[in-house]
Amino acid sequence: MSPRDPLLSVKGLSRDFGGIRAVDSFTFDVREGTITGIIGPNGAGKTTVFNLVTGIYRPSAGSIMFCGEDIGGFRPDRIVRMGIARTFQNIRLFNRRSCLENVLTPLMQREKFSFLGALAGSPGNRNKDRKLRGRALELLSELGLERHASCQAGTLPYGLQRKLEIARALATEPSLLLLDEPAAGMNPEETRSLARLISEVREKFQITILLIEHHMDLVMNICSPVIVMNFGTLLATGTPGEIRENQAVVDAYLGKGKIKNERAAG
Amino acid sequence: MDYILSIVILACINMIAVLGLSIFTGFTGLFSLGHAAFVAVGAYTSAILTYYYEVPFILALAAGAAAAGAVSLIIGIPTLRAKLRSDYFAIAILGFGEALRVLLENFEITNGARGLPGIESFTTLPIVLVCLTAGVFVARNFLRSRWGAACIAIREDPVAAEMAGVRLFRTRLLSLVVSAVYCGLSGGLLAHFLSFIQPVMFTLLQSTQLLAAVIAGGMGSISGPLIASFVFIALPEALRVAQMWRLVAYGLLLVLIMVYRPQGLMGYSELSTLISRILKRGEAR
Repeated sequence: MSPRDPLLSVKGLSRDFGGIRAVDSFTFDVREGTITGIIGPNGAGKTTVFNLVTGIYRPSAGSIMFCGEDIGGFRPDRIVRMGIARTFQNIRLFNRRSCLENVLTPLMQREKFSFLGALAGSPGNRNKDRKLRGRALELLSELGLERHASCQAGTLPYGLQRKLEIARALATEPSLLLLDEPAAGMNPEETRSLARLISEVREKFQITILLIEHHMDLVMNICSPVIVMNFGTLLATGTPGEIRENQAVVDAYLGKGKIKNERAAG
Repeated sequence: MDYILSIVILACINMIAVLGLSIFTGFTGLFSLGHAAFVAVGAYTSAILTYYYEVPFILALAAGAAAAGAVSLIIGIPTLRAKLRSDYFAIAILGFGEALRVLLENFEITNGARGLPGIESFTTLPIVLVCLTAGVFVARNFLRSRWGAACIAIREDPVAAEMAGVRLFRTRLLSLVVSAVYCGLSGGLLAHFLSFIQPVMFTLLQSTQLLAAVIAGGMGSISGPLIASFVFIALPEALRVAQMWRLVAYGLLLVLIMVYRPQGLMGYSELSTLISRILKRGEAR
């Protein structure tokens, strides 16, 4: 992989569910260091793309190049180890565990322990444990959650749960972070502070971010480029300014989708 | 006195098996209706070793536990690889457990359905207590380890666990093997306590009782299921004077726990945290 290659390069990606083609030869690139946004009407196939990239679904066709390898169909945990982390549209935390344990779990999976040593409670393992706990606390404080370290994740208010999910994703030490509607259910004030947080996270952790979002102000403020999806295919891609002017995008959002619909069906 | 002693020993033996199932069902979130089969494997393996081959008791116990772990791979690999969800897995392992029992009824070395009499009774209270204490210690360490964290993550949300870098199949299989090893140890102790075993002692009913103790005690707690299992063994004995009503009481207790404490006696917490919380409250006053 040469430095000029994109970090993630998806080509001709398709996925069928029974007779429905949720993603239809979709092609896009994510360049290193960007915050790339994916927008599109409901049911356009955005989350399916995330599920394909993270290995939850197997592609029906096409390739997903990441770090010089086609990761299409790899197991999720392998993809995580290669450096792709994600959050979920409907938050998925380890609800009955503490915030600290939520972040500690992925940290532990990256560390090598001896199994018998762990069963016997050996001092070497305990030292590693202590180190990881320290790292988990650091991550929590990066996202302003240190006060809640011992709270059960499921009892946190909604906004903090979103942050905790980001902290847990960062604990896998990703180079690419996928955020699935991080601002869903947030008011404009919360959305603005989330936008700041996302930009900060990119700076601090030196990572690339790909996010799905419906809040246009968030997308238009922090994402570039923006990718527009409709009926499982690429509708447009460009800077926020270009997307705003794009007639096809405006049609898709304002309901002139009928023509596109027929094209997709035909 | 002997009578009470034997009940305590039986309860402790049962607690070891419940401890194992608690790791698998309570902490990894997979239901099993077949863990009595692993108890049977441990019981028969260790009994055959001491009875026919005069292997030292401790070695036979270890071999029984190891054999149970190995047998769990036979059912675990195909079913867990297929990512059977919890209830489907429970049915698959139920079939496996019953099939294994039928095998024991037909082998010559197990003496078939008549059972294996005359096993030397090596199991004493100190041995059982040492095994139980070591079992609790190891289980606690396991659950605090990387692998335990992975198990609990799977129970909480398998998809999120995978995205946290947890290997779904491997971790579930590991959890099954660990739980089977506990059951195997429990079986070995049982065989050398009762000095007689037969296949009918390891039916679906036994599996259900193990599962009932885990669920009534609290999924995600070590101490809860241990308390429940002790109560379930001791209560029917204590109520022996009430004759047939004792089994009704047993059933009623289960129903009451599920209605009033669906999360189980201890829920997701431990006895030790509960005690320290009460102590702290006392100090605050």
